Amino acid sequence: MSENNILLRVENLVKYFPITRGIIFQKQVGAVHAVDNISFFIRRGETFGLVGESGCGKSTTGRTILQLYRPTSGHVYFDGIDLTTIKGQELRRMRRRMQMIFQDPYASLNPRMTVGEIVGEPLIIHGVAKGAEVRERVEYLLSVVGLNPVFANRYPHEFSGGQRQRIGVARALALQPELVVCDEPISALDVSIQAQVVNLLEDLQDQFGLTYLFIAHDLSMVRHISDRVAVMYLGVIAEMASRDEIYNNPLHPYTQALLSAVPVPDPLVEEKRRRIILEGDVPSPVNPPSGCRFRTRCRLAAEICAEQVPEWREVLPDHWVACHMVV
Amino acid sequence: MAELLEVQGLETRFFTRDGVVHAVNGVDFRLQQGETLGVVGESGCGKSVTMLSVLRLIPQPPGKITGGSAVFQGNDLLKMSEEEIRHIRGAQISMVFQDPMTSFNPVLTIGRQLMEPLELHLGMSRTMARERAAQLLEMVGIPQARDRLNDYPHQFSGGMRQRVMIAMALSCNPQILIADEPTTALDVTIQAQIVELVKKLRDEIGMAVIWITHDLGIIAGIAHRVVVMYAGYIIEEAPVKELYGNPQHPYTLGLMGSLPRLDERERRRLVSIDGLPPILYELPNYCPFAPRCAYVIERCWNENPPLVQRSVDHKVACWVDVAEGRRPA
Repeated sequence: MSENNILLRVENLVKYFPITRGIIFQKQVGAVHAVDNISFFIRRGETFGLVGESGCGKSTTGRTILQLYRPTSGHVYFDGIDLTTIKGQELRRMRRRMQMIFQDPYASLNPRMTVGEIVGEPLIIHGVAKGAEVRERVEYLLSVVGLNPVFANRYPHEFSGGQRQRIGVARALALQPELVVCDEPISALDVSIQAQVVNLLEDLQDQFGLTYLFIAHDLSMVRHISDRVAVMYLGVIAEMASRDEIYNNPLHPYTQALLSAVPVPDPLVEEKRRRIILEGDVPSPVNPPSGCRFRTRCRLAAEICAEQVPEWREVLPDHWVACHMVV
Repeated sequence: MAELLEVQGLETRFFTRDGVVHAVNGVDFRLQQGETLGVVGESGCGKSVTMLSVLRLIPQPPGKITGGSAVFQGNDLLKMSEEEIRHIRGAQISMVFQDPMTSFNPVLTIGRQLMEPLELHLGMSRTMARERAAQLLEMVGIPQARDRLNDYPHQFSGGMRQRVMIAMALSCNPQILIADEPTTALDVTIQAQIVELVKKLRDEIGMAVIWITHDLGIIAGIAHRVVVMYAGYIIEEAPVKELYGNPQHPYTLGLMGSLPRLDERERRRLVSIDGLPPILYELPNYCPFAPRCAYVIERCWNENPPLVQRSVDHKVACWVDVAEGRRPA
């Protein structure tokens, strides 16, 4: 795999959020270990799925990549340029090449702006277009995402959840980005509408050669849309492989449990399935377990799991896992 | 099997400033003893309102049950006095809600809230109720149950809170448990815990369960029989294997096609249902699914199809026979 095929490379990324006490003199008393030393890469034109349960750090990862949060340590290389070391004008120029689609189509659109203003704003901010050109471009973008260009004069509240998400997609595409971070773009939508938005994202990828970082908790949907998948647990990546490999040959005990927990819409399959039921809840990221993060709920946990952080290693070609018990 | 609950012609309306919302439009279903009925549909299809109407928990005004009956053990729940239904609610028919964060009173301990129905419905003394509350928490798998009775709801995680909710719902040994999207707010691994718990308790106690959800995956694993709702109507009803193996209504077909499956081998394009669910200010005199339907024929625009028996165990509300090889254009 040649290096220039890789669009995004994340190395040892760490993001802690400080917990402070006191009103005027704030003293740091601890930290939420939201993302703790993760490394992965995304190839140009692929869809990389990042899955995990709530609070596992998947959204923080997405935001830290875009430098919406500055990382505590580690590096994010976008097309070879380390985003963590640049700022100001330089960073803004890079931002044009990566955009985000948010989870909540109700909260991520300004209710006092028209759809045309929302979709056109990035063009004006980045000085890509002005005047009549903006208008033209907005109409084109709306038609690309399957909305009637006449809607440009309407306000977000006049649209349904699925249509709003299309507006969010149009805004993300305005600057012709290379990377789009989709942070749970469909989880607020109804099933029949989810399929519409996913099909749209797939079509746009083919049309514009986009690279997606697709963050979600729905494993079936991630399997459907992704080329490669990483599974996160409590701030770390447990396993990473191609979509078929991770679903057919999961090696990490957490991945196995997670996959077995997902219901399949077929009573004949459900009848025969054996579930691995995890005990208890996810521990607090403020004070995560020593060694392997998953050991408190792991059925294979041994002494070494409490003592040493498992190494992040490639056990099969393109199949990475962090577990002491995997040979 | 004995009939436990029979709902017929249930109609619920909401009288809002913008107009009358026709939330439930003549719903019929039956529930047998020990049976699990799955109720599937998207948001706004009337699945929750139907069950809330049966228990008379609709906020009134603006809501109003405008017709129908719900016969439970020979008595019509919709006609009895407020006093009478209070003895049934929580005691013989109980409900678990979607959001475990907001369904508790935050200023009372879990113990206090668990003991309340025991004292009210079963007339237990305080000490007895406390004892039973601890047993219930143990039954739903909460460690150190006795100590945790003194904790407040915020001291429990989401999954634990849903367990407490289930313990509370089961406290008076109900004959029917209505679970309204009980796992939607939870993570998949916790969802699996809760589903297993309800299945286990259901089989132990022998109660009937009505499980409301939008997730066809969960229903496949837990229900015996399924009704699919759309726009306030039941549009299809069948035993679970029949429904998944042989879906007849175009909407059900669409729902199945729009779901990606974890065990899918080949990448296929998802079948999406075009358009949006209707807003029910007016009852259409045509099939409410017609504007989004791929199989629509002229008759669909003239008459709303009733729910009719198509085979021994399968009811469908549609003018078209999907199986006849009519493919969408």
